[in-house]
Amino acid sequence: MPVSILKQREYLIASVQSALTDTEVIELRDALLSEVAKHRARGVIVDVAALDVIDSFVSRSLSTVARTNRLRGAKTVVVGIQPDVAAAMSQFGLTLDSIDTALDLEAGLELLDG
Amino acid sequence: MIEDFDATTESGPQGPDVGPALLGELVAHLRKVRPALREEWTRRITDAQLLSVMTPEEIFSEVTAVYDNYVDALETGSVEALEAYAKNLSERIIPRGVETHEVLGVVLLLRDVLARSLFEKYQNDSHLLNRVLDAYEPAANRIAVTVGVSFVQERERIIRQQQLAIRELSTPVLKVRDQLLILPIIGALDTGRARQLTEQLLHGIRENRAKVVVIDITGVPAIDMPVADHLVQAVRASGLMGARVIITGLSAEIAQTLVNLGVDLSMMQSVGDLQGGIEEAERQLSYAVTRTAEGVREPEA
Repeated sequence: MPVSILKQREYLIASVQSALTDTEVIELRDALLSEVAKHRARGVIVDVAALDVIDSFVSRSLSTVARTNRLRGAKTVVVGIQPDVAAAMSQFGLTLDSIDTALDLEAGLELLDG
Repeated sequence: MIEDFDATTESGPQGPDVGPALLGELVAHLRKVRPALREEWTRRITDAQLLSVMTPEEIFSEVTAVYDNYVDALETGSVEALEAYAKNLSERIIPRGVETHEVLGVVLLLRDVLARSLFEKYQNDSHLLNRVLDAYEPAANRIAVTVGVSFVQERERIIRQQQLAIRELSTPVLKVRDQLLILPIIGALDTGRARQLTEQLLHGIRENRAKVVVIDITGVPAIDMPVADHLVQAVRASGLMGARVIITGLSAEIAQTLVNLGVDLSMMQSVGDLQGGIEEAERQLSYAVTRTAEGVREPEA
């Protein structure tokens, strides 16, 4: 899976390195859910700066992760959505309901510290 | 490029008989009576009040040039030189406000003037007159089309150039404080401009690491459904990049339009005017603006 999940203080940082297949998206989702429990993380940051496309499956999976993690006491922030990707997503109505977003990793950490 | 008129269909039953000799005779005639016809043409242009923005001297000098080019085009059958001249002429007269109908009118007048002169010369021999007209008409029409098209193409080129210029100076994205951008939108929004605006906004957010953006639409006269949708999309996309958008300066008409169109504005925060919008943004970013102790400074101090 082209995603590395790192633990930083009480947060998990998943940075996506390249485009994901649907299977890899599911793996990422499951990994994030189990890692949160293992490390007792209070926040999860998913960095998607390397993605040129975010389709409905990816955004739905991210929404699922966010909602599930919230039930277990962790906040999810998606960071690094590129301008063109953001424009395309809003055009197709993919709005990442119930997920916090931030410009980049730094802004995401700030948001969680907030 | 102007498509060639088909000589055989245009020139009637006697088309094939129209030889170069006849055309040569016609051209020689038009060269001979040049001074009289040129003056006749100028008179009719003035009578019809065409080219009213030009002085009589200018009209006369252009008339001479066009007349010679016209006869040359008749003689050689090639409209290239005339096309170049018409393009050059258009470049000179369009900025002075010469209209399309004037240019077409002038060229058609010349066609009429020349035709009248041919009628007069050959009036005793209707058979020959027919053949002369067979030679003359298609060439004359082709010339009229060439000049008209050159003029219109030049106009279109200018319009395209202006559109490009307008688009370039379209929408500045300005940073007023750390993490705070303003986007003043002036002038009518169409879908193309709204799309461009979204693009500039999103790149501006990334470059300036903005958290709040104030979009001021005081200068926008009206908004329709597609443009409203685009604005909503721009706001959502900004949200995806972690920036909140505050819209300011919605006029009563625009606000009413948006409500009547049923645009979903729940995710848009809006404040009455730009000042209010900036104050709200500063509040969200925890800026406090205070006046210094001096207060209003004395101009002489």
